[in-house]
Amino acid sequence: MSGLLASGGLSGVSGGDLFWWVILPYAALLTFVIGHIWRYQYDQFGWTSRSTELQERRALKWGSPLFHYGAFAAIGGHILGILIPESVTQAVGIPETFYRTFSAIAGTIAAVAVIIGVLILAGRRLLVPRVRATTSPVDWVALILLAIIIGLGIAETIGVGLLGNHYNYRVSISPWFRSLFTGSPDVRAAIKAPLLFQVHAVVAWVLIGVWPFSRLVHAWSYPYFYLWRPFIVYRRRVATRPNEPGTSGRRWRRIGTPY
Amino acid sequence: MRIMAQVCMVMNLDKCIGCHTCSVTCKQTWTNRPGTEYVYFNNVETKPGLGYPRRYEDQDLWKGGWKLDRRGRLTLRGGSRLRRLLTIFYNPDLPTIEDYHDPFTYDYARLITAPAGTAAPSVQAHSTLTGRAMVPRWGTNWEDDLAGAPERAGQDPNLVKLGEAVKLSFEQVFMFYLPRICEHCLNPSCVASCPSGAMYKREEDGIVLVDQNRCRGWRFCVSGCPYKKVYFNHRTGKAEKCTLCFPRIEAGLPTVCSETCVGRLRYLGLVLYDADAVLAAAATKDPQDLYEAQLSVFLDPEDPTVRAEALAAGIPHDWVEAARRSPAYALIARHRVALPLHPEYRTMPMVWYVPPLSPMADMVGGPGGGEDADAVFGAIDALRIPVEYLANLFTAGKVEPVRQALRRLALVRAFMRSRQLGLTPSADPRTVGMEAADVEDLFRLIAIARYEDRYVVPPAHAEDAGRLLAQHSLSGCSLESEGGPGMGGWGLPVATRGDDGRTHLRVLEGRR
Repeated sequence: MSGLLASGGLSGVSGGDLFWWVILPYAALLTFVIGHIWRYQYDQFGWTSRSTELQERRALKWGSPLFHYGAFAAIGGHILGILIPESVTQAVGIPETFYRTFSAIAGTIAAVAVIIGVLILAGRRLLVPRVRATTSPVDWVALILLAIIIGLGIAETIGVGLLGNHYNYRVSISPWFRSLFTGSPDVRAAIKAPLLFQVHAVVAWVLIGVWPFSRLVHAWSYPYFYLWRPFIVYRRRVATRPNEPGTSGRRWRRIGTPY
Repeated sequence: MRIMAQVCMVMNLDKCIGCHTCSVTCKQTWTNRPGTEYVYFNNVETKPGLGYPRRYEDQDLWKGGWKLDRRGRLTLRGGSRLRRLLTIFYNPDLPTIEDYHDPFTYDYARLITAPAGTAAPSVQAHSTLTGRAMVPRWGTNWEDDLAGAPERAGQDPNLVKLGEAVKLSFEQVFMFYLPRICEHCLNPSCVASCPSGAMYKREEDGIVLVDQNRCRGWRFCVSGCPYKKVYFNHRTGKAEKCTLCFPRIEAGLPTVCSETCVGRLRYLGLVLYDADAVLAAAATKDPQDLYEAQLSVFLDPEDPTVRAEALAAGIPHDWVEAARRSPAYALIARHRVALPLHPEYRTMPMVWYVPPLSPMADMVGGPGGGEDADAVFGAIDALRIPVEYLANLFTAGKVEPVRQALRRLALVRAFMRSRQLGLTPSADPRTVGMEAADVEDLFRLIAIARYEDRYVVPPAHAEDAGRLLAQHSLSGCSLESEGGPGMGGWGLPVATRGDDGRTHLRVLEGRR
């Protein structure tokens, strides 16, 4: 709160603004951190990519790599655009016009990959009964949120950045996002951003809150250590205690129960 | 030399009648859960046939197992580690459910809830993946007893290698069953393929398992295994595989598939091997030499230096003694009648097979025939097609080991029959490199096949597990006060080998 006051007080900031730009992000971050710790402690068995390649592979062959590699590019773009201040890119000699052109073109390439990928993936999830049957309720929530975020992000990148009049989010959304982590949220910077960018950010926070409870946790399990691990893994038998009731038991479902 | 012990299975294919009892009891024990409907840790295939999943033996298609690169080094056929990490979002070599079969069940309630009528009620098949009505068009054992063989058996990869000319005549004379479980390989390519490090080989008994908590469902174990014996549970999103019934093995009991085998064709026993020699053996240049290479990795438990080394390596004394009585080692190395399944995959499989003699014996003597060793020997050599087919299965196409195993089996029949009838044996064991004592031992194992001789499974050493468990309770024992009754030393009693060769439990040990 002292940070809030230091950045100019709360005058002119409504309760609603406070909720969307301060309370929601912090609540989402808290849920994200605690949720992941809890899930990692108590649900290793449920921590998986939940692949549906067994059920359907022809559409997945194109959809999944396009989506994932496109998403990596998009994440890289977000790091560049949101985490790194405009002053830093200018200090290292990157002019604003170059940044705009680069972000519009590279962002568009990533956006096209993501949108094709997500359309294929959404299509197979909705239209292939075998894939559809594997989707749990929390996964539906996470996937719908992801679809909204991607749709808005593409509108920002292609509609505004490439085709429209470029909007410099690096003077509004980006300073607000960084200020969240310095403990003095710059609410006014967020308020002045266009609605498109605001909704994109808000839905992203909701997704971050849902993240630890969905299949998206597999993102943290990318097994890069496989590159230097010995091929054959040996393990000695170890004595283990039975799990405490209600904590981390194997979750094999009873026969006949739905997902 | 690094000696390790491995629980090894041998199956005598001459005795398999294809009743699928092993598959059924295995399924009831391990995979009767949602998500594993299509999963058979144990299945029985009719050979020649496509197998399960279809054409799994065709590694040009599925890229399972290992191969040698241009410099002669062992690499995974599925590509480099980096390639695996880059294709993690879409595994290019994964079979789909169509390659197994769309699992289905029936709406059995309809049989008793259907309204009264003249026609008997029938039930519709429903997919267990979607719950929707479906028409089964393929399934496990769809080709049981060569069903549909004229159309499909020609695609059997072992048959394709033989060429078109021999195929047609062969189909009219020859069929046998091949029960398959996980091979629990010495050089498991599934373990090497798992990016998460969730799969491992147990040091104590060599059983290959999937850590269900560490598996992240990347599926490379499924494509990495050339035998396709790792399955993907489509509900939990985790890999599952044959466990060699480790809870039973640890208790000294045979696996469920062995215990319930009607034909009593399975053998379980320990094999001691040199773990340091495995990689070099697996990298043997000529695939046809891999069978001999794998034999060279095994260590003879009758050799006193091997036994001493084994004890020094921490293998318990009773395990070393069990290795001496192991029926698996006897059939594999002493009598050389058991052969590995597809050694050319270079995984060093540890479920071996006594090749079926019956097709040859049937040819010369009708069902149950084969008394006349000379006639059977003649048939083994004359019916070159089956022997070559078996060689494609068991020795990467090298005929001689298969022929020798069949000749030894035929000789045991003829020799023991003559002896039982009080006749002069017409067959000399030395013609197949055996002594009369060897014939009797093989007869004891293969024909008498008592329960105690088929399964020599030493129980796991619970005191080791207990010692580990004791480390967890570092809070200590309340009796462990200075000079108290709990001051017997760290942990639970330690088993040592005394001068008399027996295992001693040292209950009291001074604190060092």
